[in-house]
Amino acid sequence: MSYDLVIVGGGVHGCTAALFAARGGMKVALVERGALAREASGVNAGTLTMQMTRVALIPYALRAHAMWANAREWLGHDVGVVVCDGLSLAFTEQEAQLLSYRAGKRREAGAPIDLISGTEAKSIEPGLADGVLLAGHCRVDGFANAYLTGLAFQRALREAGVDVLEYTPATGIEREAGGFAVLTSAGPVRGKRLLLAGGVWIEPMLGWLGIRLPIKTLVNQLAVSERVQPVMRTVVGIANGLLSLKQYPHGTVVIGGGWQGIGDRERGGVELVPERLIGNARLACHAIPALRAARMVRAWAGLEAETADALPAVGPVPGIPDAYVCGSVHSGYTSGPYIARLLAEHLLGKEPSLPLFPIDRLLAPATGREGLT
Amino acid sequence: MGKVNKGAGAIADVIVAGAGPAGTNAALAAAASGLDVVLLDEQDAAGGQVWRKPLDGLNGLPETAELKAGNALRERLIASNVRFLPGRRIWSVSGQYRVDVIGADNPEFFEAPHLIAATGAHERVVPFEGWTLPGVIGLAGATTLIKSGGIVPGNRIVVAGSGPLLTAVAAGILKLGGTVAAVVDIAPLGAWLKALPALASVPSLLAQGAVWTLAIGRARVPVYRGHAVVRALGNGRLEQVVIGPVDAAGAPVAGSDAFTIDADCLCVGNGLVAGSDITRCLRAGHTYDRLRGGVVPVLDDAGRTSRAGLYACGDGYGIRGAAMAESAGVLAGLAAACDAGAISAEEMQRRAAPHRATFAARRRFSDAMAGMMALRPEQVRAIAPETVVCRCEDITRGAIDAAIAAGAKDLNQLKHFTRCGMGPCQARMCGDVVAELLAIGTGDRAALGALTMRPPLRPVPLEALLGDFSYSDIPIPEPAPL
Repeated sequence: MSYDLVIVGGGVHGCTAALFAARGGMKVALVERGALAREASGVNAGTLTMQMTRVALIPYALRAHAMWANAREWLGHDVGVVVCDGLSLAFTEQEAQLLSYRAGKRREAGAPIDLISGTEAKSIEPGLADGVLLAGHCRVDGFANAYLTGLAFQRALREAGVDVLEYTPATGIEREAGGFAVLTSAGPVRGKRLLLAGGVWIEPMLGWLGIRLPIKTLVNQLAVSERVQPVMRTVVGIANGLLSLKQYPHGTVVIGGGWQGIGDRERGGVELVPERLIGNARLACHAIPALRAARMVRAWAGLEAETADALPAVGPVPGIPDAYVCGSVHSGYTSGPYIARLLAEHLLGKEPSLPLFPIDRLLAPATGREGLT
Repeated sequence: MGKVNKGAGAIADVIVAGAGPAGTNAALAAAASGLDVVLLDEQDAAGGQVWRKPLDGLNGLPETAELKAGNALRERLIASNVRFLPGRRIWSVSGQYRVDVIGADNPEFFEAPHLIAATGAHERVVPFEGWTLPGVIGLAGATTLIKSGGIVPGNRIVVAGSGPLLTAVAAGILKLGGTVAAVVDIAPLGAWLKALPALASVPSLLAQGAVWTLAIGRARVPVYRGHAVVRALGNGRLEQVVIGPVDAAGAPVAGSDAFTIDADCLCVGNGLVAGSDITRCLRAGHTYDRLRGGVVPVLDDAGRTSRAGLYACGDGYGIRGAAMAESAGVLAGLAAACDAGAISAEEMQRRAAPHRATFAARRRFSDAMAGMMALRPEQVRAIAPETVVCRCEDITRGAIDAAIAAGAKDLNQLKHFTRCGMGPCQARMCGDVVAELLAIGTGDRAALGALTMRPPLRPVPLEALLGDFSYSDIPIPEPAPL
């Protein structure tokens, strides 16, 4: 039995690509070493903001935001998306300069960000502290409940007829006549085409094909409060991007911003760094003072993939027909559904509405091919 | 500015987390070997749960054996050069080793190459209908009220559940002049009789149990053995407790008559869970051991974990009871002293010998007691679908079963599907029972392991975590690429 497409990696990229490829008529298998969306796609802060998105990704993120906002329509299951205003704050002159520059660039790329005064910001977010010099205000913002991603996709993929192989680690890939055999703990899974969507694990996956694409692993720390009375109603960040803060409808406040913990691709997020949890919490409480009264009840770490130029790895694998890669998207949860759908369209022979991010640019000319059989 | 940003953490040779019988003895043993020891505890005094110190100013509490033992321990601690820092809540353990605490004016941290974890166990309550009603409290909570405040938790009290805490709590209430309406013990009389030879191996503790049991008999308190609480009833607070017979495995006996006892307080507990908080957080090697209260670190015969410099002792890392906790603490303290080079291996063996002997002599007793307190899977199976299991997030047995049916196969995934364990109790209340529910389907409780343990080890008010700071002090990392 051979599938039209075998996808390795069940995060938001792999799942979305599987969903649209299957709906486009392909017979799809999705191989995931654990459960769906339990790494970066399930433990990230869920922020759907333009104000932390890389400029080059803004057009994609805007379209992805619209997808998340309509998740019930295309995904069919709830991931707790809340669409709300977003604010990026500057407390110092230096931050105000940074914010003006960054917001300007993002605005040029299409993000509807306005620069407003601290007073105006406070009318949008009454929970804000005094002392905001300048704020970037974007109406296209919001958040999802990332931990619901796996369950939502699991149901959607079953309904779409995708064969989902959870708890099935892939150990290698063999090229064979007419396609690929993904070697797994449950035996080979064969497909005419192959999509590697393994987040930070794209590097070892491409290694199976003899391609060397270095992927840096970020270890993002996150913390959450107990349920508290409403203390804020927007997504709040800071000019340099190192805060993401919002309150979920059930009352918990998630504190993130990419403060780094200790870990790596092999061991996951091994350890949270206490002074960085404190630093992140200080920044959060500096922005929303009422948060001080809340208790922190949990904290965790999630891995984020980053290429050398911090732009995505999305497109065909050079020199290996019918092999594709999709991932390493900065703030990938935000943009992921749209970018993975683009790739699915490409696989279905449609002209993608926005360009992909082929990885040729990231491969050193002398490397990569020696392992090919 | 708090100490944290300046990197001015206090340095010691050994940090001991938890000042109960295990931790205090560990600290004393390490300090007696010449090491600089910091001993941290959330409470205001050493003694832990079993040897808890009464609140200041409370006189005239009954002079129990436990109070005497606790006072003796506290006196030894005062006479030692251990740096005892009470009132500190540990929220993070990291590195090799750094312990972050709140409780002083500003957040503090301590660093030492040796860390002894002795943070104690927490109570298991197998849920039943009505268990979240006001008036229903844990046996451990009742113990705290009795020991630290001399407080009787109600006017007419049912004491129910399993293990030796039942008789201890009932006798404690009676001694303070309270009224016990009934003692409801899930273990049939036969189970106690079977355990009797093992319990008799430590005559002093058997005698203590006998004193408690006699007190209960003298007060003509009805004792229902082989029974469990079926439901708690009341309009806004507890008014009645319905109990019924169970079989030897803890399953309700079908078709048998339940009956009702009027009560305004139900103290209920089903044994203790070894949280293994610190060793799990630091990712030492663990194993599942039902008798020892769940997922416990793999320890050598002196309490060394699989991580160099990390030791564990006391009930939080394997249920053995206070009797063995003292010896386990001494052994861990000596092991740390030996590994730090403060005493030779020979010296360690010499000093450890009497404690190893105690440990060995009390093993039968301790195993028998732990057995009485261990989780009874049939009791978990009998939880009704509409009964709340995770009380922080209001998740019922039915919702958990639905998530399992939807494909949740491991504990972290079940948490994502339901929010079960995401609340302020950090799964302490429900985690063991939820794992058992999940294991009904997977068939292998041991393979499920435990939820990933991360800081904060206990909920921490952000206010306390922040300390004094100004905005410019926050060490903000480089901005992400544009």
